[in-house]
Amino acid sequence: MLKDYVLAMSVEEALDSLKSHAGEARIIAGGTDAILDYQSGKLSAKCLVDISKIDKLKKIEYADGQIIIGAAVTHSEIKESSLIQSKAPLLAMASGSVGSLQIRNTATVAGNVVNAQPAADAAVALVALGAVAEIADHNGTHYVPVEEMYAGVGKSTVDASRQVVTAIRFPALQAKQGSSFVRLAQRGALALPILNVAVVLSLAADNVVEWVRIVMAPVAPKPLRASQTEKVLQGAVVTDQLIGEAARAAVVEASPRSSALRGSAEYRKEVLEVLVRRALDQAIVAAK
Amino acid sequence: MQKKVLRFQLNGQSMELLVSPDETLLDVIRDQLSLTGTKKGCGKGECGACTVIMNGKAVNSCVVPAMQAMDAEVETIEGIGTSDNLHPLQETFIDYGAIQCGFCTPGMIMSAKALLDKNLTPARLDIKEAIAGNICRCTGYVKIEQAVLAAADKMKENKGQ
Repeated sequence: MLKDYVLAMSVEEALDSLKSHAGEARIIAGGTDAILDYQSGKLSAKCLVDISKIDKLKKIEYADGQIIIGAAVTHSEIKESSLIQSKAPLLAMASGSVGSLQIRNTATVAGNVVNAQPAADAAVALVALGAVAEIADHNGTHYVPVEEMYAGVGKSTVDASRQVVTAIRFPALQAKQGSSFVRLAQRGALALPILNVAVVLSLAADNVVEWVRIVMAPVAPKPLRASQTEKVLQGAVVTDQLIGEAARAAVVEASPRSSALRGSAEYRKEVLEVLVRRALDQAIVAAK
Repeated sequence: MQKKVLRFQLNGQSMELLVSPDETLLDVIRDQLSLTGTKKGCGKGECGACTVIMNGKAVNSCVVPAMQAMDAEVETIEGIGTSDNLHPLQETFIDYGAIQCGFCTPGMIMSAKALLDKNLTPARLDIKEAIAGNICRCTGYVKIEQAVLAAADKMKENKGQ
């Protein structure tokens, strides 16, 4: 049962609160998932330490080619940010696909990662961006790639009883780089994805793929990089045939599960090929 | 259990009350303040019946921890117009038949108001986005969209006067 609720005003205060509760407190940001977890008994903390009021964590910044998103930044703020729209458009689209407007107005991008659902839209886009989380604890600050923050479905490697994600950072897209976020769901709004695919790529001269990151979900316990497919594309000249081959190769890497609500494994594999092809096409157009 | 003092503005009035760590903003509004215009539907942030405006933004009060309303300006349906002097949205919802059972209406009006407070010339898509998180099982949304568009026109006229 919850005994206390702390509105932290600084990261230091949040860490101190966690420490004084010795493992029985946990961090909360927007609260849209944590409240439900608490009410259903999945979250047994005695104290919630709220970081949503920490000014320092509410910023979206750009420095030295990096975009830094504070842990209290909401999906709505990301969607409406002109910086994100121009330097990481796939993230603006992904955050704009989460839940409803009411949820996007409170739920945070960092929470989307820490909650560790494999198909969380913003997290899928962040993995494609090569994002890294800044994590503070009493030993200092650590940097962990978002891709490596998954310990299982719904399980983050971040221990919210002693660590705080303070920011998520990634390189802003440059000239000749493009991105895309493609999503299939049962409705145009307020629907979990049947599949989502995020692509970030860089084109060299003569339409050669310099590098590419392809992320697909939910086809594994975490947002899945199509690593083998990326290798097929790297260094190759973009042609329709190449994109078709890559899309087929990506399906081989995916292991979607059957869902009564969101499609069978067979269906998901069939459409995944189409989505990967679309995502690659769109990212290439954006890069040119 | 350690109750804490929560201070915020509700419909323009300063409030100060004690809240438990597990209370949501919806609990405070309905149970402590007895303002039952804000409805509890799913209780999971999916249906939008509990929508209120916090610092200018529509939120699902059922998944907002009460303490997050600290120093915030919160608006509920009770703060929107009176029986004698309805808000343009309330007038047009009636005029266009955008209400049937009425359970979703307070939340729907709050979502629409959050939109129109910022944008008096919304496209249909803007309205759809604003109310996509408000589930109505009676009217089918078309009349609601019409009502919101009509309210925007009324508010523009009022502003012009």
